[in-house]
Amino acid sequence: MQSDLATNNKQKNNFEKVLEILKTMALKPSGFIGLSILIFHILLALMSPYIAPYDYKAISPNTMLLAPSAEHWFGTDSLGRDVFTRTILGGRTALTVTFFGSLIALLWGGLLGIFCGLVGGKIDDVVMRVVDAFLSIPWILAMLLIVSLLGTSTQVLIPALGFFYGKGIVRVARAATHDVIAKDFIVSARARGHSNMSIIWNEIIPNVRDAILVEGAMRWSWMLLGFSSLSFLGFGVSPPTPDWGLMISNARGLMSFAYWSVIAPIVGLSSLIIGINLTADAFAKALGIDRSTKAPV
Amino acid sequence: MLLLILKRIGLGLITLFIVSLITFVGVEVLPGDACTTYLEREAYGPALDACIKRLGLDIPSYQRYLDWAANVVRGDFGYSLSGEMPINEVLGPRVKNSLVLASVSILIGIPLAIVLGIITALWRDKLPDIIISTITIFSMTIPEFISATLLILIVAIWLGWLPGIVIIPSDATFYELLSNIILPVVAISMIMTAHMARMVRSSVIQVMASDYVQMAILKGVPYWKMVFRHVLPNALLPAINVVALTIAWLLGGVVVTEVVFNYPGLGRLVIESISNRDLPVVQALAIILASIYVGINLIADLMTLMLNPRLKSLQIKK
Amino acid sequence: MNEIIESVKNLSIGFNSQTGKQISILRNVTTNIKKGETVGIVGESGSGKSTLALAMMGYIKQGLFALEGECIFKSEDLLKMNSRQLEKIRGRKIAMIPQNAGQALTPNLKIGYQIDEALKLHTDLNKNERDNKISELLNKVRLPSPETMAFRYPHELSGGQQQRVAVAMALAGKPDLLLLDEPTTGLDVTTQAHVLELLRFIAKDTGTSMIYVSHDLGAIAQVSDRIVVMYAGEIVLEGPARKILKEPIHPYTFGLLKSIPKLSLTGLPDSMPGSQPQPGSISDGCSFYERCNLASDKCKNNSPELEYLNNLDTSVRCFNHKDLIQENKLHHSTITRKDTVQKNNNVLNLKDVSITYAKQKFFDQLLNKISDENPTVKDINLDINKGETIALVGESGSGKSTILKSIAGLLKTKDGQIKFINERILSSDLKLRDPNDLRAIQLIFQNPDESLNPNHTVEQILTQPLKLYFNLTGNELKKNIIDLLKKVRLGEFYMSRYPRQLSGGEKQRVAVARAFAAKPDIILCDEVTSALDVSVQAAVLNLLQKLKEDLGTTYIFVSHDLAVVRAISDRVAVLYQGRLCEIGPSQNVYNYPSHPYTEVLLGAVLEPDPDIKPKLVAEDIVEEKPPEKGCSFQGRCPRKLGDICNKEVPPWQIGENGNAIRCHIKINELKNLQNV
Repeated sequence: MQSDLATNNKQKNNFEKVLEILKTMALKPSGFIGLSILIFHILLALMSPYIAPYDYKAISPNTMLLAPSAEHWFGTDSLGRDVFTRTILGGRTALTVTFFGSLIALLWGGLLGIFCGLVGGKIDDVVMRVVDAFLSIPWILAMLLIVSLLGTSTQVLIPALGFFYGKGIVRVARAATHDVIAKDFIVSARARGHSNMSIIWNEIIPNVRDAILVEGAMRWSWMLLGFSSLSFLGFGVSPPTPDWGLMISNARGLMSFAYWSVIAPIVGLSSLIIGINLTADAFAKALGIDRSTKAPV
Repeated sequence: MLLLILKRIGLGLITLFIVSLITFVGVEVLPGDACTTYLEREAYGPALDACIKRLGLDIPSYQRYLDWAANVVRGDFGYSLSGEMPINEVLGPRVKNSLVLASVSILIGIPLAIVLGIITALWRDKLPDIIISTITIFSMTIPEFISATLLILIVAIWLGWLPGIVIIPSDATFYELLSNIILPVVAISMIMTAHMARMVRSSVIQVMASDYVQMAILKGVPYWKMVFRHVLPNALLPAINVVALTIAWLLGGVVVTEVVFNYPGLGRLVIESISNRDLPVVQALAIILASIYVGINLIADLMTLMLNPRLKSLQIKK
Repeated sequence: MNEIIESVKNLSIGFNSQTGKQISILRNVTTNIKKGETVGIVGESGSGKSTLALAMMGYIKQGLFALEGECIFKSEDLLKMNSRQLEKIRGRKIAMIPQNAGQALTPNLKIGYQIDEALKLHTDLNKNERDNKISELLNKVRLPSPETMAFRYPHELSGGQQQRVAVAMALAGKPDLLLLDEPTTGLDVTTQAHVLELLRFIAKDTGTSMIYVSHDLGAIAQVSDRIVVMYAGEIVLEGPARKILKEPIHPYTFGLLKSIPKLSLTGLPDSMPGSQPQPGSISDGCSFYERCNLASDKCKNNSPELEYLNNLDTSVRCFNHKDLIQENKLHHSTITRKDTVQKNNNVLNLKDVSITYAKQKFFDQLLNKISDENPTVKDINLDINKGETIALVGESGSGKSTILKSIAGLLKTKDGQIKFINERILSSDLKLRDPNDLRAIQLIFQNPDESLNPNHTVEQILTQPLKLYFNLTGNELKKNIIDLLKKVRLGEFYMSRYPRQLSGGEKQRVAVARAFAAKPDIILCDEVTSALDVSVQAAVLNLLQKLKEDLGTTYIFVSHDLAVVRAISDRVAVLYQGRLCEIGPSQNVYNYPSHPYTEVLLGAVLEPDPDIKPKLVAEDIVEEKPPEKGCSFQGRCPRKLGDICNKEVPPWQIGENGNAIRCHIKINELKNLQNV
């Protein structure tokens, strides 16, 4: 009973902590804007199937390349599809793929990083060398190769993106772990004779968690950038699924006379990336981490 | 000192070796070999046999790796499948074109980033910082293909100032190139400059808060002299490595930008060879791009070594 | 002599808190600095002393601003000047010698350039004259080989040398006023005494006025003509140095002086309760009210003004100072320690222990050879009795903390054995030790900020050992935690606090509680009071002693502070470069004859008494490695005999009062030499 109460208390504490962090973030103008944009996009992604006025794949030769009007707010594209419908639906795949991709990146990158930071020595050297080697192949080449050989389904995209964007998290987690294990409270726990697992769980993870989470949030925005670049190049989701990158790519050739079909997805994608980025920045600041010196690797 | 340089170079070579293994093994384990992937439906009979023969797919893979690696070391990447010509001939002009694009972007981007970073740091939280920082956040987060598309829409289509699409042969001369690359350079350097400016900013702010800067002020050193003698050398030194990583990361952005502008560089070759499933070319590209990455980082490492008095005297002592 | 060079009038400095409230960290400070005089400003961390010193150069740190008042230098207010005007004054009229010169020298510029910069700015000398001046200055601050020194980078110098460079730089502009902000803090005992000696020489030689800011009354006592005592952003006492140190008439200063351990006294000093209030939490009344034993009702709601007493030439901020004037003199009482040592009941035994830090070189690894023939710590033999407090003393690099780590199992020994109760050998590998042995030996670290997990509450911190060793849960666990907190005199409500919500002294109490949670036989204390303020240090020392007397624990106490060691320990072992020099009962180690190194250390101790001057017997050279053979102290020994010291390890000799000394000089001769 007593311990139940204690854990309850702790959970409440954690909940309060999250609320407090959100409050700190929202108090700064940039954090407020970022959070609002992000929440707006998440709500839109959840509700868009119910509020979309048209069928996103309905092709009609009668309505090709119409300018914005009361019927078609953002006009229509070269196949006569409603741009507004496709725009509000266009973030769904991107958000899902990159969100789960970031989770995977966070998981394997964080764990491997903590492991390397802990073990140190030769194993650490070898692992980091291999990670470095993976890092030196431009992500786009590797991604393109994987996608072109294995296909563009989400089952391929999510783990592949997660893998390639986890490398940076390995570095951050490793550096943070390195810093923490030199501290006296770890020495103290070791001298007391705690098991390694208990030290990792109780002493190290709480102290590297913030840095890794912030890095993960940042990866999310970069992954979104990478994912939309892939779709733009035609290696992301396959048509006729509405996707901003793909829409921009398709409408680009005709933009000299139908700019609307390119502007709408651009605004959608840019605002989401900026939203995530501002949120991640505010998150980092709220936790007291300066991450502007880190390279986007 | 020399030993340390050699060590860094050695580490770079090890990285390249691992890269070559990864690409080779990667191509091996992915479904289908180079010939079946390339020929697709026509992968039977004499065409397949000829292809297999040419690529040496009939010999054991470790042997093939060794042969291939030995040739790569000698600078020979073998034959492209689609063009049926030596990869070197395909690559040569493309490498040159991409180098022009990348180096012009870097030459403009780095000084601009340093200036912007310093301005934002010295006027921290004042109007110049707020304006520039807002702009950098935008240009940092917006993908290259969007900024490139918008540039074409606004500058080329609406204003009609510059050509929107690069229409030049891949063996164009340097001058022909230069007039065509203004928009691509802007698109690439925007995101890179923004990233680097932010790093310079935070590095300068950190140094400005240090004890030795306070000491310089209390010594009566005039403000700008203090900035140039006491702050900048110490702020920019750690930024070198980070800048190198940024540049290397942006190689991916170069690919996308080249596609948007139809620029005949390595980036477009990447897309072309992957679309054509020309695996030997893809392998060659991986090695080349990885070498650029390793090279840039090596230069950064060596620059830091040369410029940091702490490391310098450490090495002399040993 | 009476000409005023700078006067601070009614100065308040503060900042805006996040809630928009104005919080002052310096309140209504008024003081005058006279020509040729050295004023010591003393206070604990957070008392506003450094802020005051910087304001006297017209410098206010970012985020802070002057709320009111002025700093008048030669009839002009520095706080109203623009940066161009200030550049003409800083370095030329008022120069600064910073704390921790290692960080205050620009790392990418050579020493010579940094001094030259000051010369260029503040003198009209030409290139040649400046070069001469640089060597002259480097010579003046007694740096070795001044010709080559100018071409070196700051990081190539030792801490003491860097501090000397900072002094040379400050002197370059021939200032009228020198500001010294904790100039010797962080240096080794002997280096500190040397730098202080240099500063005194310079004050006398140049006739410059000085403001010496420090938390260390010992250093202040050596240099100051006048002393200003700061507490919670206010001046609480100001007057002639001798009067302040011998007859303090403010209860804070009185308590502070009594809480400092003295070399000449055995036993623990009196402690002061509580800690300094944080800025912003200061109420209407006297800021010292909470900790004052003279406090009356009047003090609670009224803040006393700084009152000038003509007859004593002293200003004091206290309603009840007359009570202290009647008390007349500061008499140092000490609390006698109960003797808990159980003779001949060994709990720990170190036999021929040597430890090496050096990493194996690559080729030696291949050949499976241990490369380091000359280990960091060598030939340590110690028998420690139950209930004893044994102190390991030495400067940085003496290997004292290294030995502690080996006892705790954190560092493998190269040779020798560590035996626990009943002659049981403790493995040098932590993983192979019995859990019960791990429980029996606990550690307390120097800096509680580092040794307490910032993400754990006090409850979680104390739960860890209780759960690990005794498997306690639920009510029993909670009861134990409350018990432990009570033992270290912290209330139950501390359980839910995080370390960052505690003061330095409170954090260290939590660390002590965590060590005692394991019900240990031995506690290893690694510089446990060095990071604490003086007034808090005495309280922690008293707490440790009380716990030991109640629970019969054995302490191994590592410290660089000889006065603290004298106060707490039963036996002292003096270490130099990882080798034992002297060991004996503490009251005897502090009497002669001593090992020459002990003599050097004792001579360099700064006492808060202007009549006790340090004796500088050896140079403050920094040795990076112990010598390959012979006596460990050969490089710096003021009494070196000659070749024999370089070649042969000196034998142990037992003095008449029971202290063992390792020296080639006959013990009676040492006595004669040192009595002169």
